[in-house]
Amino acid sequence: MSAASIAFLAWVRGPGFHIALGLFCLGLVWRLIEIYALGRDRPLAPLRRRSGASGWWTILRRSRPSAEHESMVSYLAGYTFHIGLIVTFFFFTPHIELLRRAVGLSWPSLPTALVDGLAVVTLLALGVMLASRLLDPVKRFLSVAEDYVAWGLTLAPVLTGYLCFHHLLLPYTTMLALHLASVEVLMVLMPFTKLIHFVTLFPSRWMNGEHFGRTGVAA
Amino acid sequence: MEKVTVYAAMRAGGMSRRAFLQACGAIAASLALPPGSGRAIARALERTPRPSVIWLSFQECTGCTESLTRAHAPTVESLLFDMVSLDYHHTLQAAAGGAAEEARREAMAANHGRYLLIADGSLPVGHPAYSTIGGVSNLAMLQEAAAGAAAVIAMGSCAAFGGLPGATPNPTGAAPVSEVVRDRPLVTIPGCPPIPAVIVATLAHYLTFGRLPALDPLGRPKAFYGETIHDRCYRRPFYDRGLFADTFDDEGARKGWCLYKLGCKGPTTYNACATTKWNGGTSFPIQSGHGCLGCSQPDFWDGGGFYRADALPFGPLTPTATIAAAAGVAVGGAVAAANRRKRAKARAAHRPITVDDLEKGQEETP
Repeated sequence: MSAASIAFLAWVRGPGFHIALGLFCLGLVWRLIEIYALGRDRPLAPLRRRSGASGWWTILRRSRPSAEHESMVSYLAGYTFHIGLIVTFFFFTPHIELLRRAVGLSWPSLPTALVDGLAVVTLLALGVMLASRLLDPVKRFLSVAEDYVAWGLTLAPVLTGYLCFHHLLLPYTTMLALHLASVEVLMVLMPFTKLIHFVTLFPSRWMNGEHFGRTGVAA
Repeated sequence: MEKVTVYAAMRAGGMSRRAFLQACGAIAASLALPPGSGRAIARALERTPRPSVIWLSFQECTGCTESLTRAHAPTVESLLFDMVSLDYHHTLQAAAGGAAEEARREAMAANHGRYLLIADGSLPVGHPAYSTIGGVSNLAMLQEAAAGAAAVIAMGSCAAFGGLPGATPNPTGAAPVSEVVRDRPLVTIPGCPPIPAVIVATLAHYLTFGRLPALDPLGRPKAFYGETIHDRCYRRPFYDRGLFADTFDDEGARKGWCLYKLGCKGPTTYNACATTKWNGGTSFPIQSGHGCLGCSQPDFWDGGGFYRADALPFGPLTPTATIAAAAGVAVGGAVAAANRRKRAKARAAHRPITVDDLEKGQEETP
């Protein structure tokens, strides 16, 4: 551990975090207003079901595995790493403390060993997702640079968090600083990449469902 | 000239041969040296004349000296003042004023190139006049004393890193010893105050092997600053199980659960408090129910608050988020307006195409 790593940690906890939080809030509000303001044409066809029913049904239906559209690898590894991410982020004590300070809400944490195990599972699932993307010719063809960037942005906080917790590879202070820095980079880029799906996923499925609830024939 | 050996001084102080050997074993153990090293230390201390030590105090609170002098006999810490010939220490010496300064100059001249210089407190480099002794600025005194020192020990967090005087806004321009002394072997023993056994062991190592112990990049002896408080904390199992005290008087606090949420800086603090402990191995802050303040780390006063959990961002987050969100509303509104203008323009420029137009187009295509 050097004085530079301590200064780096102080920076990512201080100005770095404020810059990242600022850009995250700015980007998120900007993108949401922009998306909302795009507007939708006034629907002329009547709804086939009760208002909202098609939206909610689509959210549910598209969250289930679909044998025709998706491989089981994508489905299983995809769900695993998403659940792993959510649990490690929302139920690890230091993260809860951060959220308590940021938004004033807190809840009980899960045992550290459980969160630790889930982090490993998450990392493995992310590895499987990358392998699947690279090995499947269709997925590889469809992938663009942003997909790999999004993968890296997602992996980095989990990996550095795990290494930091176990004091591996680098001194704790340096790894903690890298962990926070990786989260800050993620915060900055989240609103401007496809990672914005963390907020738009369900609303957009709902909108699609409502749209389809007015078109075609009842299925 | 001091010719009395360390061993002779200890025996003269009433220490038995057995206690001396036990102390050497304890020093070797505290430095994590192999089992036979205790005997090597004993042999070295039997032969080695007590080194002359000049102890200079600058911008400090005397807490470091208080900590050392409160060490209970017959602990390892109590050996410190037997091991050295303390030729100048303005809190402990009998002489005062010009006589004291004269004694310092005499000792420095007599042991030039051989004496150990211990400095506690930071130096007001920005404004040297803020701290002077006998009309001599701290900066000039350290430079003069360091020139003839065999090695320099920066004692306590103020000397090691600037400490409290160096905390924001640092009105005196306080700097650590390392910024002034660059051409002498330097070891830092930070802590507010530092653990007395650390300086004893560091001195014993120097006297035995003729060089300073292995140091980390911040100049701290690795034997004592190699691991975090958190790694060696007896409350660590509670952290691992997710059991935390939320306040200082809740059930978790009474049951001795982890103090992380109450701001304990153990995970980022490198020191030996959890193993060496204080007051003859009685306890250390976490054992008494208070989180670690991180006092042996640089800039711990500016670490965002003693009761804020480690790794949390500094400063209030709400203003940042609010200002950024307001900026987001402005940017989002501007972009949305631009999008609408673009769409309105596209609609205005739109010309409907009929099937006849398309067919006509196809006929014209060769």
